[in-house]
Order: sequence, then structure tokens, then C-alpha cells
Amino acid sequence: MANYSTSEFKSGLKVMLDGDPCAIVENEFVKPGKGQAFSRVKLKNLKNGRSWERTFKSGEKLEGADVMDIDMEYLYTDGEFWHFMMTDGSFEQHPASEEAISENKNWLKEQQVYEVTLFNGAILSITPPNFIDLEVTETDPGLKGDTAQGGSKPAYLQTGAMVRVPLFIEIGEMLRIDTRVGEYVSRAK
Amino acid sequence: MSAPVNWKPSATLAALHARAALNRSIREFFIETDALEVELPILNHAPVADMNIEPIAVPASDVMPSLYLHTSPEYSMKRLLCAGSGDIYALGKVFRAGEAGGRHNPEFTMLEWYRLGRDHQELMHEVADLLDELFNDSEIELEDAPLFLTYQQAVIQYAGLDPFSVSDDDIKALGIGLAGGDLELKRDGWLDMIMSHKVEKALPKNQLVFIYNYPASQAALAKLNKDDSGQVIAERFEVYLNSLELANGYHELTDSQEQRQRFEKELKGTERPIDEKLLVAMADDEAGLPDCAGVAMGIDRILMLQLGKKTIAEVISFSAEYC
Repeated sequence: MANYSTSEFKSGLKVMLDGDPCAIVENEFVKPGKGQAFSRVKLKNLKNGRSWERTFKSGEKLEGADVMDIDMEYLYTDGEFWHFMMTDGSFEQHPASEEAISENKNWLKEQQVYEVTLFNGAILSITPPNFIDLEVTETDPGLKGDTAQGGSKPAYLQTGAMVRVPLFIEIGEMLRIDTRVGEYVSRAK
Repeated sequence: MSAPVNWKPSATLAALHARAALNRSIREFFIETDALEVELPILNHAPVADMNIEPIAVPASDVMPSLYLHTSPEYSMKRLLCAGSGDIYALGKVFRAGEAGGRHNPEFTMLEWYRLGRDHQELMHEVADLLDELFNDSEIELEDAPLFLTYQQAVIQYAGLDPFSVSDDDIKALGIGLAGGDLELKRDGWLDMIMSHKVEKALPKNQLVFIYNYPASQAALAKLNKDDSGQVIAERFEVYLNSLELANGYHELTDSQEQRQRFEKELKGTERPIDEKLLVAMADDEAGLPDCAGVAMGIDRILMLQLGKKTIAEVISFSAEYC
């Protein structure tokens, strides 16, 4: 990969720092009239999602990170890995580790397309669509007529995720879920 | 399809009016206080003798050798002082390669002035008078009295260590903590880190802050002297407002021999030529540089603060990304 100097640190640039791929979030040029120039940089570690703040000498270089985001379809899990397939017609498959899936395990549905971040060709992380439709597999019986207001109950979805839903929801219904906050939005249309 | 061409200015027309008014106020101040406005060459044969400042070189042509855009008018102004100009000021563009960001533009407007027979302490008070006038009726309501801190007081108060007695290792440890990694800097580099990442951020708001009496190693073109405790210090000051560095001034070094030694030390092992004309002017038996104090001020940053703008581009008609 190419090397990038601090003056090329633009938001979104992917670089290697301490062995981990990172995305530049912000780069502030700091220089006293007389004295050393610095770049004060905010980065996001793409491996663990953590934010970093690091200062570099102006002109210092970092190696670019071979990171790309592509769409892939989720196929199945063998218990150890979660398998995804390219949507470009190549049927090429990539396994994702538990670490790469992390809390998104709750939103993995077969044949659904996810944004997958590849680092050196391996899956680093996945991002589910903001909204996803999932089936209710377990919940207390619905209360007839109570469609308007008040009260909620736990419901288990086909992925194993638990969300709070209104009292009128029944087993077997398809629900629209906001994956960013893990909350029920509505019945799926 | 290519990106649409953006021809528009980076500053609003209101900001341009404010700039014109600011220039007029500055000129009125110096007319009233009897300083002569001078224009200096932007193209110069010798670059600044400070390796932390990068000049822009202009290639040679048939009629002129390779020259440099000035990074401040300091050397030319000092030659005018040697030639007997008396108090002078200059308001104009200067150029620095590689300085770009929210608070830097590679070309920016500098006000620089010199007062004969004054030292840095006296000049600090005149700077305060001028800034007080310029921030009158602006987005900032300045505290009545500026805060005057020695460099030592400022670093002790806001970074918790004494810059004159602390060991290199302790300075480095604090610097690494602030940077998040070892930048392999020398003592002054780490002190710059501590100033820019810690002290500047902690300075009181809406009050002019003068930091003076710098470490001798950061004297640049300032005279050395001893402070009350006998510590050797540089008679240099910086002015801050809302964590933004606005100006840098000196009780000017007048000894041409010492000036030559400092230039040679700074430029040793580099390709940068020394400004012989300045050194010869300072060494002139009959003229020489008179005892004086001088200061350089960033005018764009003053406008930023006057108008409450977050970035320097918003006060420049066409900033680097728009020109």
C-alpha cells in the first residue's frame, strides 16, 4: 500500500496505526509561529470501533490500510464462522469470525445483504442495513383490541434477538427492527 | 462527470467589509502613534533562518535568480531600521509552505511593527492597547485587563511542571502522554507540544494573555537576559486570545556577531543560505540595528475572533482551497 503524509490525512482515509487498520476522522494542523508543527488526528480503529486521538509530527507518514467496503449476502453459520457471499455473481465466499460479527449476530438473516468491511481480503466487520424485517418466534399471547396504546412485552426474533414490542404482537408476525438501536419500529408491510 | 466548478469566495461580503475596516483601524492607530508605513519586497534573495518555517521558492528566470517569498518582512524591516527609518510598520501578505488548516492559510496577512528604544515589556502594553481598540465592538467582550504570565508561570500553572528545571525525561513523558506516542522530539519540540496541546487550551477565555520570557533555546531573534531569579531567558513574548496565537514579539537582538552565530547554528547542515545583507547591516559601524522591540501579528486570526468565525477560510476572500 501507498504511504500517506500528514498533509494527506483527509477524513475517511484508511491507514495502519500500531498494527491496526484505522479510518481518519479529523485532522487538525497545529503549529506555533515559532516551533514544531503537528497534526492532531482523530481516528477510529476499524478492528474494535474505538476512537483514538494521536498527534504526529507534521510530514510524518503512515502506511495505507487495504480496507474496502462491499455488499455481501449472509449464507449460514457453522457455529465457528459466519459465511458471506459476494453479490457480483462470482459466488465467492468469505468467513467472518465471531469477533468480526460481534453484537451484529442479532441481526443476521439468511439471504439478507450486509455491508462487509474487508481488510487484506478478510472480513473485519459487518454493518447490517438500518432496518431489517424479522419474524417473531416467541412472545406472550397478544391482547386483542389493544392496538392503540400503552404497555410492551419481550419478544424473541428468528435471529435470537430480544426486543420490546407492543402487547398486540403475535408469534409468526414479521416486524421491522431498527438495527442501530435494536428497537421495534412497526409491523413489516 | 467532473465536479462542478466553485468560483465563489470563501468569505462573506460582510467579512470583507470587516477586513477593510480592520485595516483602516490599524493604519489610524499607527498614524496617531507616529510610525511610518513601509512596503517590503515579497521576493527575497535569502529565506528565513528558522527551520520550522518553510519558505516558498520561486524558480529562476532570465532576468532574476531563484528567490523566496517572504515568510515575514522582518529582515527587510530591520535593514530599514539600520538605514535610519525610525518607528515603522508593515501590513501585507506573507507566505509559508505547508501551513494549512482551520487556523492556517499558506498565504496570510501579517502586521509587523518596530519601536525604537523600547523593550518587549513596553511593546506588550502597546500590543494590548491596539488589540483593545480592535476588539472594541466585536463578537468578543474582552476582560478589561490582560493577563501577563512568564513562560515559566504559564507552564507551571497549566501543565504542572517547571520548564526551566524539569528533566528531559519528565518533559518527554508528559509529551508522549499528550501525543499518544513517541514523536522522537528534542526538548524544545516537546515543550512546543506541551504549549500547544495543554497550556494554550487551558488559558482563560475572552482575555488577552501575554506569555513572555521564553527559554533561551527558543530565543529566535530576541535578546537574552536574566530574569529576577537569575535564570537566563529570551526577551520574547506571545499573545493569545481564546487559545489562538495572535502575535510574537521580541526585544530585538542587535549584536550582529551573536545573530550570525544563531543563524549558523540553525542552518548548519542545511541548504538554506544566510541573509548576509541583514548581518552586514547589523554590523555596520555607523548604522547597525538600533535598540528596539518588534512584533508580528496574524491579522486573519484577529478577524476570525472579531467575527466569531471558526475557520480562517471564512475571513479570506479566496482561501487556499478556493483560490
